[in-house]
Amino acid sequence: MMIEARGLVRTFKTKRGPVQAVQGVDLDVADGEIVGFLGPNGAGKTTTMRMLATLIQPTAGIATVAGCDLAKDPVGVRRGIGYVPQSGSTLPEAIAGDEVVDHARLYGVPKAKATAEGQRLFEELDLPGLWRRQCKTLSGGQRRRLDIVMGLIHDPKLIFLDEPTTGLDPQARANLWEHIRGLRDRGATIFLTTHYLDEADALCDRILVIDHGKIVAAGTPENLKQQVSGDAVRLSIADTSQAPAVMKIVRELEGAVEVETEDAVVGFRIPRGGSVLPGLLRSIDAQGIELHGVEVHRPTLDDVFLTMTGRSLRDEDATGTEEKKESAA
Amino acid sequence: MTVLRETWIVFHRQMRLSLRNPMWSILMLSQPLMYLFLFGPLLKPITAQISEGATTNAYQVFIPGLIVQLGMFGAMFVGFGLIAEYRAGVIEADRVTPASRIALMAGRVLRDVVVLVVQSVLLLLAALPLGLRAPWAGVLLSLVIVALLGATFASLSYSVALITKSEDALAPLLNGIAMPLLLLSGILLPMQIGPTWLQRLSDISPLKHVVNGVRALFRGDISSSSSLWGLFWVVLLTVIGLAVGARTFRKESA
Repeated sequence: MMIEARGLVRTFKTKRGPVQAVQGVDLDVADGEIVGFLGPNGAGKTTTMRMLATLIQPTAGIATVAGCDLAKDPVGVRRGIGYVPQSGSTLPEAIAGDEVVDHARLYGVPKAKATAEGQRLFEELDLPGLWRRQCKTLSGGQRRRLDIVMGLIHDPKLIFLDEPTTGLDPQARANLWEHIRGLRDRGATIFLTTHYLDEADALCDRILVIDHGKIVAAGTPENLKQQVSGDAVRLSIADTSQAPAVMKIVRELEGAVEVETEDAVVGFRIPRGGSVLPGLLRSIDAQGIELHGVEVHRPTLDDVFLTMTGRSLRDEDATGTEEKKESAA
Repeated sequence: MTVLRETWIVFHRQMRLSLRNPMWSILMLSQPLMYLFLFGPLLKPITAQISEGATTNAYQVFIPGLIVQLGMFGAMFVGFGLIAEYRAGVIEADRVTPASRIALMAGRVLRDVVVLVVQSVLLLLAALPLGLRAPWAGVLLSLVIVALLGATFASLSYSVALITKSEDALAPLLNGIAMPLLLLSGILLPMQIGPTWLQRLSDISPLKHVVNGVRALFRGDISSSSSLWGLFWVVLLTVIGLAVGARTFRKESA
């Protein structure tokens, strides 16, 4: 196990009294996995990651990270991990290569080796010719990749990435995903936080869904989606008055749930929707009912989140931003 | 020793950054030079009145105060640089390395001390044509005092910066401390020309004793009680300042 945490709790003191940001998190990450921590803003993702990276002390709980005990040997943990924070890790005025080499030297890497390794990582992470450039002259995507170079320079076995693609354009995001997969292929274990469903889905071997400081679901993306009761099917009927007849046919299907109608659309959920569809369409046709269209949606991680918490991750995200604005005002 | 090596790495990085953008250091030096050339001449007639024949040159009294002021103010505002580093994520990136927390602070403080000593030497050289004369030993000891004072205020400034993490909180706080310290230190004018109550009040300020100590050193009274008290206070301040700084850097949320 690369990470083994039990009962992690973190309480922050605020003016309004103590706030439990993380309320008893257990988690296991195996060697060579990409594990994603998915949840809305303020769910406790970053706080948990900062505890595991020795940046803040847990209020309660124990953890072993990269083979070292978090409480007894934080320096050992630091040696084994790379941490790529959300906020960046280089000074805008500094020279990119200098920042990388100095960072490596704080890990005890000799200067010459740090330079060679840094320049190799610059090539690998698609930053050619930027070694002597001032950090502030790099694009958002380049700076994020520079942060990753900073996190990788001492060749850690475990890499923490905090919201790695936030603020990047779609192309830079897809490009960064490729690089992150590449790290795993080299044998590193990756633990990342994200509030993007597509990112968790595309990138992670396993997902931990966190909400209000607690893990509410864990599994592979496919696994989690299967926990949601089936695919969403929507039938658009040509003649609205025939909707009740369609509803009746749908209700007779085995496993169909959440059968609802809205004007000329009948919607429901059913496991393996694609394979049910041919038979269903034949029955509808046999009664002389004409359809305008059929849609089948595989469940998304948002459906998972909705099922687990009763709220949509997207909605939560929106309200989270509003709250932030309020507190800033 | 690893701590020393790590301190050197941090110092080296900071020094390189300062040299890349020397404006800050130049501006810091311009302030004492302005005092020297725009305020110093006003002191001449006053010094003639208050000195009982012992010191003849006004700059003999004024320059020790100025280098103490440089040590204090030059180091006091270094916290702003740290907040900029914090914003950029550099502090967090440093803290996630196995490097000693003390080294992360000490390397930065060392840079500030080196800058201050260089500035002080430049100030002393600028005062030579104005008639400043002082014994070598006294000047060297004074530079040591300025270095220690700089280390003290730099680590305190870094501590406050790490705790507040905001320029908006740091600026009024530092100004609020700097103002009474400056006024009660006797840097600009010797305290003995003031009323008794003001003299007693200034006795509370360790800075006054440090300034008096440096003045004694410039007179060549190296073993006088003034210089010994000045040394005592500056060492005590340094111990407190570095302890507070080290504690803040070690603390988790910093």
